[in-house]
Amino acid sequence: MTFREKAKIMDKEAMERAIKRIAHEIIERNKGIQDLAIVGIRNRGAYLAERVAAFIEDIESIKVPVGILDITLYRDDLTAVAEQPQVHKTEISFDITDKKIILVDDVLYTGRTIRCALDALVDFGRPKYIQLAVLVDRGHRELPIRADYIGKNVPTALKETVQVLLREVDKKEEVVILEQGDA
Amino acid sequence: MKKWQRKDLVGLENLTREEIELILSTAESFKEVSTREIKKVPALRGKTVVNLFYEPSTRTRVSFEVAAKRLSADVITIATETSSVKKGETLIDTGRNIQALKADIIVVRHNCSGAATMLARHVDISVINAGDGWHEHPTQALLDIFTLKEKYGKIEGLKVSIVGDIAHSRVARSNIWGLTKLGAKVSVCAPKMLVPVAIEQMGVRIANDIDDALKDANAVNVLRMQFERDEGTAFPQQMEYFKNFGITRERLEKAKKDIVVMHPGPLNRGIEISSAIADGANSVILEQVTNGIAIRMAVLYLVAGTKN
Amino acid sequence: MKLLIKNGRVVDPANKRDEICDILVSDGKISKVANNISCQGCRTIDATDKIVMPGLVDMHVHLREPGREDQETIASGTQAALKGGVTSLLAMPNTTPAIDCAKHAGLLKKIIRNDAAANVLICGTITQGRAGRKLVDITQLGKAGAVAITDDGASVDDQRILLTALKQAGKGGLLLICHCEDKGLSVNGEVNLGIASTRMGLRGISQESEYLRVQRDIDLANKANARIHIAHVSCKETVEIIAKAKKKGVKVSAEAAPHHFALTEEAVYGFDTNMKMNPPLRAREDAEAIKKGLKDGAIDAIASDHAPHTENEKDIEFERANFGVIGLETELAVSISELINTGVLDWPQLVCKLSLSPARILGIDKGTLGPGRSADIIVVSPQKQWVVEKDKFISKSQNSAFIGRTLRGVVEYTIVEGKVAYQLK
Repeated sequence: MTFREKAKIMDKEAMERAIKRIAHEIIERNKGIQDLAIVGIRNRGAYLAERVAAFIEDIESIKVPVGILDITLYRDDLTAVAEQPQVHKTEISFDITDKKIILVDDVLYTGRTIRCALDALVDFGRPKYIQLAVLVDRGHRELPIRADYIGKNVPTALKETVQVLLREVDKKEEVVILEQGDA
Repeated sequence: MKKWQRKDLVGLENLTREEIELILSTAESFKEVSTREIKKVPALRGKTVVNLFYEPSTRTRVSFEVAAKRLSADVITIATETSSVKKGETLIDTGRNIQALKADIIVVRHNCSGAATMLARHVDISVINAGDGWHEHPTQALLDIFTLKEKYGKIEGLKVSIVGDIAHSRVARSNIWGLTKLGAKVSVCAPKMLVPVAIEQMGVRIANDIDDALKDANAVNVLRMQFERDEGTAFPQQMEYFKNFGITRERLEKAKKDIVVMHPGPLNRGIEISSAIADGANSVILEQVTNGIAIRMAVLYLVAGTKN
Repeated sequence: MKLLIKNGRVVDPANKRDEICDILVSDGKISKVANNISCQGCRTIDATDKIVMPGLVDMHVHLREPGREDQETIASGTQAALKGGVTSLLAMPNTTPAIDCAKHAGLLKKIIRNDAAANVLICGTITQGRAGRKLVDITQLGKAGAVAITDDGASVDDQRILLTALKQAGKGGLLLICHCEDKGLSVNGEVNLGIASTRMGLRGISQESEYLRVQRDIDLANKANARIHIAHVSCKETVEIIAKAKKKGVKVSAEAAPHHFALTEEAVYGFDTNMKMNPPLRAREDAEAIKKGLKDGAIDAIASDHAPHTENEKDIEFERANFGVIGLETELAVSISELINTGVLDWPQLVCKLSLSPARILGIDKGTLGPGRSADIIVVSPQKQWVVEKDKFISKSQNSAFIGRTLRGVVEYTIVEGKVAYQLK
């Protein structure tokens, strides 16, 4: 199966503006940064979490704790896939109990990843509450999950894929829609 | 990195360097799980792991049990005393019965070399070798290597000496395969009749004596001396062994300052190793136990994903 | 009944013949070997592009009957033999009961008369019950039809007993065959003492356990001025000792099994119990020495050491599995693949090793295609390829070391005493 690029929906500047806006919204909705902590979902959510934290630090001059969550071991499709997906480390070096956790991911789609992440997070402690921030919400939810902070809502077809490219991983900053088809 | 493809883990002899590295990196991720308040992930929820132990073992069996439970698998342990093994059921029949129970993984410990290999050939479910005769004990070697890698950051170029009853040691064989595949320089040191013939063909050097083995070594893996083993040949006397091969403070003073001292346990204090060293700053013996859980979680996780 | 084999390459070293010609068989005997024989109304076999040679004489076969009919019987074993081109074989005496007296030999003789599809020669034991303690009555065994004696599976530890046995066997015209193994030196070994035992974590069977015993037995034969035959040579030192003894004039002959020159200890690494036999598969240099020994004459014969075992006895933990592999149905093809196609031997030499030499060693009138001799003939497609498959064996047991291997050489017809006893379908 091959994919070809259908449209670019965000460029570098648009992405930066969206992340900055999300940072502002987080501070506003939580009335400051008291007890706030940010947890990114591997792989790209982790980098986005760092960026959100950096903007919050720009605004509030305080660095909020940032953690990385690997949700592989909580996936609900482990028995269905042919080979085990590679496991990476979870790095949450702070106690999440009674914290206001902002969970960060790049794309919100079926909601299954977020379900896994919630399961994983509560194994680490009992946060005061968990909010969800995503760069792109592409719809097609399969679970009753919604985001609290959204960079951009992008209506998509099922056969399309949304790809977030980040400089840390992809040496490139953009969000594109890919569609199935011949190369 | 390449994905894991093997149904079983029966030894390190047939693994590639990449496969060994995949297990090590997976174990790194799993180590964190054991540091949590809730030491459990649902990765193997609904899977059944059967520990089939034909030889008494506490450490390895418990380690596998803990690893499987931390992955949310159900664990059943069959020990020889309580099974139909004594009634003469063959290993293959036992294996097929376990398969018929719809178990997913058999962890087998057996006194015959090659038993795990044979069992793996005859069942469709995964088989993990928890030690077969004098042949291999892959998870022990993997946790030794993992521990070394934690200390030095890499295995390539390390000088590792294995001291003790090499001839009858599955730990030694698995360590030799694993370490040499990863680029370590391995020496073995033992009383002459406990050095198996043609061992050099496995890519190791035979040290002249214990001081030669320790000199320049980055690590020494001290094997348990099983004096209860009686092969009819002249086995060394305990005190004589300690005098000639025991790892003592005096001997380590001549070695590298940061030499890592490993032991697969259980310890024979004052026979192969002095208490001062076993409990001293160079010893990583308890870290090995901790790392054993991570390695076994990684192996269980990887083979569980290869159902055909 | 007449039978005409036309246009085959007739390889008959006894008569120094290696040429394309015809063979006419009548009344169970070879009546004529010449060009352009015609025979009206004869059954005719077209042997164009085929090798026509005397049937194999396999001097080391365990037929297991009486006692272990679940492993093999005289009937199944000889049918397997025919498929492999073996027309005469020496049945090893380690049966239950062991062939250690005239009565047991008589019992065996009766079964042979009723069931055997090929010539089965009787071999007695050296000691009673093969226990190594009390010599059998060699004269009586000879009278009962035994052509040889051996305690195969065990060596006779007591030198005095072996010396007496050598002398008596010599007097009675029986061949004494030695299984050379010092059990004190092979100490419960499972595989070759060397890289195999070291890698696999198994007890090793040393080379010394074989060759020191070979040296001892040859020295005793020399002292007794008697003939001795060394069974299943497995290591290079043994080949050297035999070569030296032959040069000195000792009346020694020797055989090697196909697995010992076709396979090495590396084949055992996967704990395949079909690679477990005694003596064990040895190092590459040992296999090479056996080939060289076959070429230069140190080793006289190829014998299968056909040793059937049931699945229950083989499909278990390596250490608990029985020693031994079957070989009747593969020995010719393995020999062609490993000796002819690699240039070690030419066809007349191979026919010597498989037929003529063992017949001479046993003192039987076989292994030749001379006129008037008994018509035990095989017709072979020498380069036809086939893959050894477990479920294609005729033998009751399937413990072959060659399963999965591609071999060359297929027996098309096996003729025993003038009758087509086997024909490839």
